[in-house]
Amino acid sequence: MNKEEYQKLVEQYTPKEKKLKNAVIAFLVGGSIGFMGQVVVTIFQNSFGMEVTESYAWLCILIILISCFLTALGFFDNWVSKCKAGLFLPTTGFAHSVTSSALDYKKDGFITGLGANFFKLAGSVILYGMVSAFFLAVLGVIIYG
Amino acid sequence: MIFLNAFLLSGLFCLVAELILDNTKLTPGHITSAFTVLGAALSFFGIYSKLIEWGGAGATVIISNFGHMLYLGAVEGFKEMGILGLFSGLLVKSSAAITSVVIFAFVLSLIFKPKS
Repeated sequence: MNKEEYQKLVEQYTPKEKKLKNAVIAFLVGGSIGFMGQVVVTIFQNSFGMEVTESYAWLCILIILISCFLTALGFFDNWVSKCKAGLFLPTTGFAHSVTSSALDYKKDGFITGLGANFFKLAGSVILYGMVSAFFLAVLGVIIYG
Repeated sequence: MIFLNAFLLSGLFCLVAELILDNTKLTPGHITSAFTVLGAALSFFGIYSKLIEWGGAGATVIISNFGHMLYLGAVEGFKEMGILGLFSGLLVKSSAAITSVVIFAFVLSLIFKPKS
Protein backbone atom coordinates (compact mmCIF):
# COMPACT_ATOMS: atom_id res chain seq x y z
CA MET A 1 0.00 0.00 0.00
CA ASN A 2 1.53 3.34 -0.97
CA LYS A 3 1.16 6.65 0.78
CA GLU A 4 -1.79 7.93 -1.26
CA GLU A 5 -3.81 4.79 -0.81
CA TYR A 6 -3.13 4.93 2.88
CA GLN A 7 -4.26 8.57 2.95
CA LYS A 8 -7.50 7.63 1.22
CA LEU A 9 -8.08 4.84 3.69
CA VAL A 10 -7.52 7.20 6.60
CA GLU A 11 -9.98 9.69 5.15
CA GLN A 12 -12.51 6.95 4.66
CA TYR A 13 -12.41 5.97 8.29
CA THR A 14 -12.20 9.48 9.78
CA PRO A 15 -15.69 10.15 11.06
CA LYS A 16 -17.47 13.01 9.32
CA GLU A 17 -19.39 13.99 12.43
CA LYS A 18 -16.15 14.93 14.13
CA LYS A 19 -15.67 17.88 11.80
CA LEU A 20 -19.28 18.90 12.29
CA LYS A 21 -18.95 18.57 16.05
CA ASN A 22 -15.73 20.62 16.03
CA ALA A 23 -17.42 23.32 13.96
CA VAL A 24 -20.43 23.49 16.28
CA ILE A 25 -18.21 23.64 19.38
CA ALA A 26 -16.04 26.38 17.84
CA PHE A 27 -19.15 28.38 16.91
CA LEU A 28 -20.70 28.05 20.37
CA VAL A 29 -17.50 28.74 22.33
CA GLY A 30 -16.43 31.63 20.13
CA GLY A 31 -19.95 33.03 20.19
CA SER A 32 -20.11 32.78 23.97
CA ILE A 33 -16.88 34.74 24.31
CA GLY A 34 -18.31 37.47 22.09
CA PHE A 35 -21.60 37.44 24.00
CA MET A 36 -19.93 37.62 27.42
CA GLY A 37 -17.65 40.35 26.09
CA GLN A 38 -20.70 42.35 25.06
CA VAL A 39 -22.23 41.86 28.52
CA VAL A 40 -19.02 43.08 30.19
CA VAL A 41 -18.74 46.05 27.83
CA THR A 42 -22.36 47.02 28.52
CA ILE A 43 -21.73 46.86 32.27
CA PHE A 44 -18.58 48.97 31.88
CA GLN A 45 -20.49 51.59 29.87
CA ASN A 46 -23.58 51.76 32.06
CA SER A 47 -22.15 51.27 35.55
CA PHE A 48 -18.70 52.79 35.22
CA GLY A 49 -19.62 55.52 32.73
CA MET A 50 -16.93 54.50 30.25
CA GLU A 51 -16.83 55.57 26.64
CA VAL A 52 -17.26 52.86 24.01
CA THR A 53 -13.64 52.61 22.88
CA GLU A 54 -12.44 52.75 26.48
CA SER A 55 -14.69 49.83 27.45
CA TYR A 56 -13.39 47.72 24.52
CA ALA A 57 -9.81 48.35 25.64
CA TRP A 58 -10.65 47.29 29.21
CA LEU A 59 -12.45 44.21 27.92
CA CYS A 60 -9.34 43.29 25.93
CA ILE A 61 -7.13 43.64 29.01
CA LEU A 62 -9.62 41.66 31.10
CA ILE A 63 -9.76 38.78 28.60
CA ILE A 64 -5.96 38.68 28.46
CA LEU A 65 -5.69 38.67 32.26
CA ILE A 66 -8.21 35.84 32.61
CA SER A 67 -6.66 33.68 29.90
CA CYS A 68 -3.11 34.25 31.20
CA PHE A 69 -4.30 33.15 34.65
CA LEU A 70 -6.13 30.08 33.36
CA THR A 71 -3.09 29.13 31.28
CA ALA A 72 -0.77 29.50 34.27
CA LEU A 73 -3.11 27.39 36.40
CA GLY A 74 -2.98 24.68 33.73
CA PHE A 75 -6.64 24.58 32.59
CA PHE A 76 -6.28 26.26 29.27
CA ASP A 77 -4.18 23.73 27.33
CA ASN A 78 -6.87 21.14 27.80
CA TRP A 79 -9.66 23.52 26.79
CA VAL A 80 -7.84 24.73 23.67
CA SER A 81 -7.34 21.15 22.47
CA LYS A 82 -11.09 20.57 22.88
CA CYS A 83 -12.54 23.86 21.65
CA LYS A 84 -9.79 24.63 19.10
CA ALA A 85 -10.78 27.65 17.01
CA GLY A 86 -13.35 28.74 19.59
CA LEU A 87 -10.49 29.61 21.92
CA PHE A 88 -7.46 30.28 19.76
CA LEU A 89 -9.06 32.79 17.42
CA PRO A 90 -10.25 35.27 20.08
CA THR A 91 -7.64 37.28 22.00
CA THR A 92 -7.60 34.36 24.47
CA GLY A 93 -5.40 32.37 22.07
CA PHE A 94 -2.90 35.20 21.79
CA ALA A 95 -2.56 35.44 25.59
CA HIS A 96 -2.48 31.66 25.92
CA SER A 97 0.37 31.21 23.44
CA VAL A 98 2.54 33.84 25.13
CA THR A 99 1.95 32.54 28.65
CA SER A 100 2.42 28.89 27.77
CA SER A 101 5.70 29.49 25.93
CA ALA A 102 6.91 31.67 28.83
CA LEU A 103 6.11 28.88 31.29
CA ASP A 104 7.52 26.09 29.13
CA TYR A 105 10.86 27.74 28.36
CA LYS A 106 11.48 29.17 31.84
CA LYS A 107 13.63 26.11 32.64
CA ASP A 108 16.17 27.15 29.96
CA GLY A 109 16.99 30.35 31.78
CA PHE A 110 15.61 33.87 31.77
CA ILE A 111 17.46 35.18 28.72
CA THR A 112 17.98 32.19 26.42
CA GLY A 113 14.80 30.46 27.56
CA LEU A 114 11.98 32.74 28.65
CA GLY A 115 13.23 35.87 26.92
CA ALA A 116 14.11 34.30 23.60
CA ASN A 117 10.93 32.23 23.35
CA PHE A 118 8.44 34.70 24.84
CA PHE A 119 6.89 35.64 21.48
CA LYS A 120 7.62 32.31 19.88
CA LEU A 121 4.02 31.70 18.78
CA ALA A 122 2.49 35.17 19.08
CA GLY A 123 5.42 36.69 17.18
CA SER A 124 3.99 35.80 13.80
CA VAL A 125 0.70 37.49 14.67
CA ILE A 126 2.51 40.67 15.69
CA LEU A 127 4.95 40.56 12.75
CA TYR A 128 2.45 39.95 9.95
CA GLY A 129 -0.15 42.16 11.59
CA MET A 130 2.28 45.07 11.78
CA VAL A 131 3.73 44.59 8.29
CA SER A 132 0.36 44.26 6.57
CA ALA A 133 -1.23 47.09 8.57
CA PHE A 134 1.72 49.38 7.83
CA PHE A 135 1.64 48.90 4.06
CA LEU A 136 -2.14 49.03 3.95
CA ALA A 137 -2.00 52.27 5.94
CA VAL A 138 0.52 53.72 3.46
CA LEU A 139 -1.81 52.70 0.64
CA GLY A 140 -4.80 54.04 2.59
CA VAL A 141 -3.38 57.51 3.13
CA ILE A 142 -2.39 57.69 -0.55
CA ILE A 143 -5.85 56.64 -1.76
CA TYR A 144 -8.15 58.19 0.85
CA GLY A 145 -5.87 61.14 1.64
CA MET B 1 -30.17 43.14 19.49
CA ILE B 2 -26.46 43.68 20.01
CA PHE B 3 -25.97 40.70 22.34
CA LEU B 4 -27.20 38.24 19.73
CA ASN B 5 -25.16 39.99 17.04
CA ALA B 6 -22.04 39.72 19.22
CA PHE B 7 -22.65 36.00 19.66
CA LEU B 8 -23.25 35.39 15.96
CA LEU B 9 -20.31 37.46 14.78
CA SER B 10 -17.60 35.98 16.98
CA GLY B 11 -19.13 32.53 16.59
CA LEU B 12 -19.03 32.86 12.82
CA PHE B 13 -15.38 33.96 12.85
CA CYS B 14 -14.47 30.92 14.98
CA LEU B 15 -16.58 28.62 12.81
CA VAL B 16 -14.73 29.70 9.67
CA ALA B 17 -11.38 29.26 11.44
CA GLU B 18 -12.38 25.79 12.62
CA LEU B 19 -13.44 24.77 9.10
CA ILE B 20 -10.08 25.96 7.75
CA LEU B 21 -8.26 24.07 10.51
CA ASP B 22 -10.13 20.82 9.89
CA ASN B 23 -10.06 20.84 6.10
CA THR B 24 -6.56 22.11 5.35
CA LYS B 25 -3.07 21.47 6.66
CA LEU B 26 -2.79 24.95 8.17
CA THR B 27 -1.93 25.18 11.87
CA PRO B 28 -3.53 27.52 14.44
CA GLY B 29 -0.47 29.75 14.03
CA HIS B 30 -1.17 30.15 10.31
CA ILE B 31 -4.84 30.83 10.92
CA THR B 32 -4.41 33.46 13.65
CA SER B 33 -1.80 35.27 11.53
CA ALA B 34 -4.09 35.13 8.51
CA PHE B 35 -7.03 36.48 10.49
CA THR B 36 -4.90 39.35 11.83
CA VAL B 37 -3.95 40.30 8.28
CA LEU B 38 -7.60 39.88 7.27
CA GLY B 39 -8.57 42.30 10.07
CA ALA B 40 -6.16 44.91 8.73
CA ALA B 41 -7.53 44.37 5.21
CA LEU B 42 -11.16 44.67 6.36
CA SER B 43 -10.17 47.82 8.21
CA PHE B 44 -8.57 49.18 5.02
CA PHE B 45 -11.88 48.75 3.18
CA GLY B 46 -13.77 50.32 6.09
CA ILE B 47 -15.65 47.11 6.85
CA TYR B 48 -14.24 46.33 10.27
CA SER B 49 -15.60 49.52 11.88
CA LYS B 50 -19.02 48.56 10.55
CA LEU B 51 -18.63 45.06 12.00
CA ILE B 52 -17.89 46.60 15.41
CA GLU B 53 -20.92 48.86 15.07
CA TRP B 54 -23.09 45.84 14.25
CA GLY B 55 -21.62 43.18 16.51
CA GLY B 56 -20.01 45.20 19.30
CA ALA B 57 -17.68 43.11 21.43
CA GLY B 58 -18.25 40.16 19.09
CA ALA B 59 -15.89 41.88 16.66
CA THR B 60 -13.40 43.22 19.21
CA VAL B 61 -12.68 39.93 21.00
CA ILE B 62 -11.41 38.32 17.76
CA ILE B 63 -7.70 38.53 16.92
CA SER B 64 -8.62 40.35 13.67
CA ASN B 65 -9.35 43.37 15.87
CA PHE B 66 -5.59 43.55 16.46
CA GLY B 67 -5.02 44.13 12.75
CA HIS B 68 -7.83 46.68 12.72
CA MET B 69 -6.27 48.57 15.65
CA LEU B 70 -2.84 48.55 13.99
CA TYR B 71 -4.28 49.98 10.78
CA LEU B 72 -6.32 52.66 12.56
CA GLY B 73 -3.35 53.65 14.71
CA ALA B 74 -1.12 54.17 11.68
CA VAL B 75 -3.74 56.15 9.76
CA GLU B 76 -4.57 58.39 12.72
CA GLY B 77 -0.85 58.85 13.38
CA PHE B 78 -0.44 60.02 9.78
CA LYS B 79 -3.24 62.56 10.20
CA GLU B 80 -1.53 64.03 13.26
CA MET B 81 2.14 63.88 12.37
CA GLY B 82 2.52 62.96 8.72
CA ILE B 83 4.91 60.21 7.69
CA LEU B 84 6.45 60.02 11.17
CA GLY B 85 2.98 59.21 12.47
CA LEU B 86 2.80 56.08 10.32
CA PHE B 87 5.69 54.70 12.33
CA SER B 88 4.91 56.13 15.75
CA GLY B 89 1.16 55.58 15.53
CA LEU B 90 1.06 51.97 14.35
CA LEU B 91 1.21 50.44 17.82
CA VAL B 92 -0.58 53.20 19.75
CA LYS B 93 -4.05 51.61 19.81
CA SER B 94 -2.92 48.02 20.23
CA SER B 95 -0.40 48.92 22.91
CA ALA B 96 -2.89 48.00 25.66
CA ALA B 97 -3.14 44.43 24.34
CA ILE B 98 0.59 43.87 23.80
CA THR B 99 1.64 45.50 27.09
CA SER B 100 -0.91 43.59 29.14
CA VAL B 101 0.11 40.28 27.55
CA VAL B 102 3.78 40.98 28.27
CA ILE B 103 3.20 42.05 31.88
CA PHE B 104 0.69 39.36 32.87
CA ALA B 105 2.48 36.51 31.09
CA PHE B 106 5.85 37.46 32.56
CA VAL B 107 4.66 37.92 36.13
CA LEU B 108 2.55 34.75 36.06
CA SER B 109 5.34 32.68 34.54
CA LEU B 110 7.54 33.74 37.47
CA ILE B 111 4.93 32.61 39.99
CA PHE B 112 3.61 29.41 38.43
CA LYS B 113 5.32 26.21 37.31
CA PRO B 114 4.49 24.47 34.01
CA LYS B 115 2.04 21.63 34.51
CA SER B 116 3.29 19.12 31.97
